[in-house]
Amino acid sequence: MIALGQFLEVLIGGLMSGVLYSLVALGFVLIFKASGVFNYAQGAMVLLAGLALVRALDLLVANGLPLWVAVVLAIGFAAVIMAATAWLIERLVIGPLVNQDALTLFMSTIGVTFVIEGAAEMIFGSDVYPLRLFPTDAWFLFEGLFPGGILVNKLDVWGALIAGVLVAGLAVFFQRTKTGRALRAVADDHLAAHSIGIPISWIWFVVWLVAGLVALVAATVWGTKLGVQFSITFLALKALPVLIIGGLTSIPGAIVGGLIVGAGEKLAEVYLGPSIGGGIEYWFAYVLALAVLLLRPQGLFGERIIERI
Amino acid sequence: MLYREAGQFKTNYAEDMAIFPIRQDRIALAILLGIAFIGVPLLASFRIWPFRTDYLLWAILLPFLILALAAIGTNILVGYCGQISLGSGAFMAIGAYSAYKLATGVHIPLAWLGFAIAIPPLPVLASILLGGLMAACAGILFGIPSLRIKGLYLAVATLAAQFFFDWAFLRLPWFTNYAPSGSVNAPELDFFGMIVRTPVERYLLCLLFVTVMAVLAKNLVRGNLGRQWMAIRDMDIAAELIGIRPLYAKLTAFAVSSFIIGVAGALWAFVYLGSWEPLAFSIDRSLELLFMVIIGGLGSIMGSFIGAAFILIMPIMLNVIPTELGLPLSTQTITHLQFIIFGSLICYLLIKEPHGFARLISIGKEKLRLWPFPY
Repeated sequence: MIALGQFLEVLIGGLMSGVLYSLVALGFVLIFKASGVFNYAQGAMVLLAGLALVRALDLLVANGLPLWVAVVLAIGFAAVIMAATAWLIERLVIGPLVNQDALTLFMSTIGVTFVIEGAAEMIFGSDVYPLRLFPTDAWFLFEGLFPGGILVNKLDVWGALIAGVLVAGLAVFFQRTKTGRALRAVADDHLAAHSIGIPISWIWFVVWLVAGLVALVAATVWGTKLGVQFSITFLALKALPVLIIGGLTSIPGAIVGGLIVGAGEKLAEVYLGPSIGGGIEYWFAYVLALAVLLLRPQGLFGERIIERI
Repeated sequence: MLYREAGQFKTNYAEDMAIFPIRQDRIALAILLGIAFIGVPLLASFRIWPFRTDYLLWAILLPFLILALAAIGTNILVGYCGQISLGSGAFMAIGAYSAYKLATGVHIPLAWLGFAIAIPPLPVLASILLGGLMAACAGILFGIPSLRIKGLYLAVATLAAQFFFDWAFLRLPWFTNYAPSGSVNAPELDFFGMIVRTPVERYLLCLLFVTVMAVLAKNLVRGNLGRQWMAIRDMDIAAELIGIRPLYAKLTAFAVSSFIIGVAGALWAFVYLGSWEPLAFSIDRSLELLFMVIIGGLGSIMGSFIGAAFILIMPIMLNVIPTELGLPLSTQTITHLQFIIFGSLICYLLIKEPHGFARLISIGKEKLRLWPFPY
């Protein structure tokens, strides 16, 4: 029973942290779906959103505002910052690079990453800032069934809830609203969408804005977990295998990929790690992604890439 | 004016196919090599300005040479063959650690077979070259996915290499000869009885490596193999149709590129760092190499040198210029500024001049050739 209890605990912990990876991966998928740009800067956007949020929150609380007003204002401020970033990126980088090949666009987002990281830290400071929006204590489930129960972090449950709401919201946005439909049209064919009068640069701004807001959500959860700090940008690197496994164009894929990566790496760390040196969490997700790439390059839920001569 | 090629007639194919068909280029290169091979060591050994101290040699020229070599390797893969790689740092690390293991003796216990493979310590030169060879093998291994996947997907595959080897060299004590601190010391640099110790000797050693390998690389990319790489880069399906084997072209690009990067990694560890830990070859190094290639010029050997020089000198300039102007910046601000400048420069160059600084120089040459007429 102890073994099963431990297994379940590791599995649940892994799935929960997988949900958090999915939150970051969602931003990638949104941008890739709508513009074919593989956005390396998503991690930097999470950092920017987190720093803007936590610094504004600290300032407002220090000035004596009640907490809930401060939280609302700070989230508003961070959202405005993300909107400005989205606008600038569309104007200065992605717009001029329209019609370039995917690699050029990818490399340009590496450039954007550096600018955002540098600017965010220059403006908002580069220390570790604690953020406490969600409870971080633990729950014990099934205490009667397993000795000691199964430990679940409340924050992880919150993260899972938020991810669920976010995905539902995005699905409604994509399927039901006019902008959402235009977005899907642009994703299918830039040129055709343009010729029937869909304003592409506006659509791209909206996409980057939504990705920025998703980054803000991810920042609130991750920031509560780790504190807002530079290392949050490495989340982008964790989200890459999630994307490969789930498929670059699929929102459910991002969630499932996140769950697979989260559970897989925790289980591997606990059951495989001790025999080969530990710390394999670091690359296990990538090996999974590599295996998926070799067997099914488009990922579990991705669209099949068909190339013709 | 000076840069005019009127009257330089080519009378045979060999002259027409020369690396530097224009006389002025040959003279400029000869002067440059003369300064590098004779001028700098002379100035440095007599301690004449700007070599009063070892700073210039030790902190700028030495890393410049080695990183330029690594950038050439990256450029072959990314710039010439169009296979994006975020794993250059890992290949540097493979070169460095393999060279270290070979130079200190390899012992692989195969208990279940009842014997052990033992290789006695090899000479330093052989270890460095074999380290490059090991990196080439790893490069081929991680290049295999490139046959099925392209572009962004491949970037993730190379990233897998980066993370796996970062971990392996940190966590598997066999690679560091069971050093408790995880950092290792390079063996004495003994080249056929000549021991390389002083900065000038180290500089000359690296210069020799870089010159030889840059010439080899330049000739390779001009020849059959290089043309195959470029065909794959420009349009892989068309290349396949005209009879280029993608398997052979891509894997050779991975092998040659990783070999050069591996040698650069071994030099970086042995000659420049002396003692190092896996952090020296992290993902930051990979991104740095990619930036050198983008900024210097994708698909240009000279561009690799320019890119390396730029990336190295920029932070120093950011440090020196504000201090001279009386506005010293804090180190943190400098780091952030550096990030912003690199990032915006990359975006700017990708938009305005996708072939980097190297292209600007060739435009400049073209203008000089026509001067004073605009066309």
